[in-house]
Amino acid sequence: MICVVIKPLTGNYAVAWAVKLGRVRVVSAYPITPQTTIVEKISEFVEKGEMDARIIRVESEHSALAAVYGAASGGVRAFTATSSHGLMYMSEMLWWVAGARVPLVMAIVTRTMGPPWNIWTDHSDFLSQRDTGWLMMFAEHNQEVLDSIIQLFKITEDPRVFLPGMVALDAFILSHTTEPVDIPGQSLVDSFLPERRQPYVFRAGEPITMGNIPSNLKEHMKMRWDIHKSLEAAKKVIAEVDQEWSKLTGRSYGGLIDCYRCSDAKYFIVGAGAWVGDMREATELLRSEGYEVGLIKMRYVRPFPSEELASVLRNAKGVVVFDRAVSPGSAGPMYLDVVTHLTEQNVRVPIKNVLAGLAGVDVTYEDIAGIVKSFINELESKGAISRYIEWYFG
Amino acid sequence: MAPISIKELPRKKYVLPGNPSCPGCPETLGLRYIGMALGDRVILVVPAGCTAVIEGLAPGCSISLPVINVPFASADAVAAGIAAAKEVLGEDAVVVVWAGDGATADIGFATLSGAAERGDNIIHICVDNEAYMNTGIQRSSLTPYGAWTTTTWTGKKERKKELPLIMLMHKIPYVATASVGYPTDFIEKLRRAASIKGFKYIHLHAPCPTGWRFDPSQTVEIAKLAVETGMWILFEAINGKVRISPFSIPYKDRSKRKPVKEYIKLQGRFRALSDEELKKIESMIDDAWNTLLKFT
Amino acid sequence: MSEETHVLPLAKPKEGLSQTGTWRVRKPVIDHSKCVKCMMCWLHCPESTIDVIDTPEKFVEIDYEYCKGCGVCANVCPVKAISMVPEG
Repeated sequence: MICVVIKPLTGNYAVAWAVKLGRVRVVSAYPITPQTTIVEKISEFVEKGEMDARIIRVESEHSALAAVYGAASGGVRAFTATSSHGLMYMSEMLWWVAGARVPLVMAIVTRTMGPPWNIWTDHSDFLSQRDTGWLMMFAEHNQEVLDSIIQLFKITEDPRVFLPGMVALDAFILSHTTEPVDIPGQSLVDSFLPERRQPYVFRAGEPITMGNIPSNLKEHMKMRWDIHKSLEAAKKVIAEVDQEWSKLTGRSYGGLIDCYRCSDAKYFIVGAGAWVGDMREATELLRSEGYEVGLIKMRYVRPFPSEELASVLRNAKGVVVFDRAVSPGSAGPMYLDVVTHLTEQNVRVPIKNVLAGLAGVDVTYEDIAGIVKSFINELESKGAISRYIEWYFG
Repeated sequence: MAPISIKELPRKKYVLPGNPSCPGCPETLGLRYIGMALGDRVILVVPAGCTAVIEGLAPGCSISLPVINVPFASADAVAAGIAAAKEVLGEDAVVVVWAGDGATADIGFATLSGAAERGDNIIHICVDNEAYMNTGIQRSSLTPYGAWTTTTWTGKKERKKELPLIMLMHKIPYVATASVGYPTDFIEKLRRAASIKGFKYIHLHAPCPTGWRFDPSQTVEIAKLAVETGMWILFEAINGKVRISPFSIPYKDRSKRKPVKEYIKLQGRFRALSDEELKKIESMIDDAWNTLLKFT
Repeated sequence: MSEETHVLPLAKPKEGLSQTGTWRVRKPVIDHSKCVKCMMCWLHCPESTIDVIDTPEKFVEIDYEYCKGCGVCANVCPVKAISMVPEG
């Protein structure tokens, strides 16, 4: 008999619970709105004796990732969280952790970048780090936040992967909004997560050196190649872990992507993050009006699910990729990846990029449905898209 | 603590021959003394600086200790993390940050101060060669007044940032200065620091032949002259109680200090020092002693 | 290479990474008859290229394969038992 405990949790508290259940031993973070309540909750767990961890109350985000990297290199499961400018401040360390091949898990409460100062959500902070070699995934709701972080401990510590990973949860929409969350029991999580594994550990008396100048530059290039390969290998691990978790909890998320009403769809919405929930509503609304729409929820953006996307979109008539971030002078980052990988997979389909919800601007399911409806109507009446990149202000 | 017997110091080579340091390098000297003092207990955290290069090219390394190279500003935070992990795992280790001017006093300053304020259980050694040597002798906040560097061609106009006193004001359990010219003093201080729980700071004076412009054979001679002229004061402070170290005690008496000129004239970086600048340096020495002695 | 073998930025201690003996323009020569076995040369050598061997003929020995000829040993020897002579 499984004992089910459902608590009303904010996304941030779901993160804290996952960290506790994952038996993290060292936590270090620097406060930044809207991540703050994650570490406050963890501190409470520790001080109440519910969690056995050291908390290093650092003086900056750069030091936060440095400290958990040190702890992880020293052989223990470690965790940090940040947002926006904090992520930029620790950006240098992201590269170091991935290059050092140290498994580590981080939560990013996605918040837009200033100036001007703005605490609301978009995905620019998270997506700006896509070249660092970290596994990257988006959560849609708080249950997924909790489940994904626990899963990420297992995925990152798999010898086929040995890379750090981060989960994005939208500022305030998830981080500070309460949803019912099923908290798995400690024994369930213990049976799911093996003892931590990592490629090397620093110990007194065992002289190894990490990171000194290579005598052969090709060796360094091989390391970059190996990171890329391991991210590719992670695709299988992600699917396996999803299956295992599903057997234990009854909850499957589909692995790299999740499809909603895709099997008989002709037009597709592609998105990631909290607003995928609104995209589901939009899909329902469009279907009720006779539009054959399906939704592809991007869970993982690194590794990028090229084959999975291609197999769903191979016979599609049109795709709208929603981006909550932009690479100015080019296009939305998710769109850039989608177009590139579909081309590589020989899938030819009209794809439109809609840039919406940046700087925390609210986007409703009616907005989304309206955008997709216009797209479909234009495509069906004119046979082509007039503008591939559209900024939507509402 | 029993006096250090040179004959009984461990002979194991923690710095290996064939390393790419400059002839006469003070950093390899310092690293040898860490090996002699603490040996296999050490995990060394090395931010960007000369030592990162002295390690040589992978897959080999010239230092026979566990060494983790880390980004420039991150050393004390990484070390804090390693120390926490070792504590959690119940594994013994002395976590030592081996950081130069930059990683201690400039780019790493906030990280240093944070770790000290938190009392992270690590030893921070500032190997002070008084400029950013690894990148080509540019000035740092630890470059002394009047010194030539590649970014202060007519001599540095600002004074040397007084790190040991700043660390004293962090009220940490152990602060000390040391010099590569006085290995037994440094070794004793390392062993004392390792026996204390909390944040420990040792500031190691490290004359650099390449950057200070002197003959490589004179590294130890110049390190000693720094102490003998009173320019460098050897002291330690246990729980804030300052005591001048034996090798510096004679120089509490101003009249016993050798003329600063004897130290200055051997170094090309001070070649263009004016008489006025020299006088200023002499008064800075007096000030430094007067200030420090107030803490004793 | 299996999926579980990775190319890692790791290294191990190794002597002789550079042929530093070839750097010398002058070399230290010890007059063992003058040596008082104080160990100052061993203590102050930046290269770990002076070894204490404690035989009847010599108390210390210089590893000329890696000695850089810096001259610190000659400078610190209290009895001037070490001279720096031109190399080659």
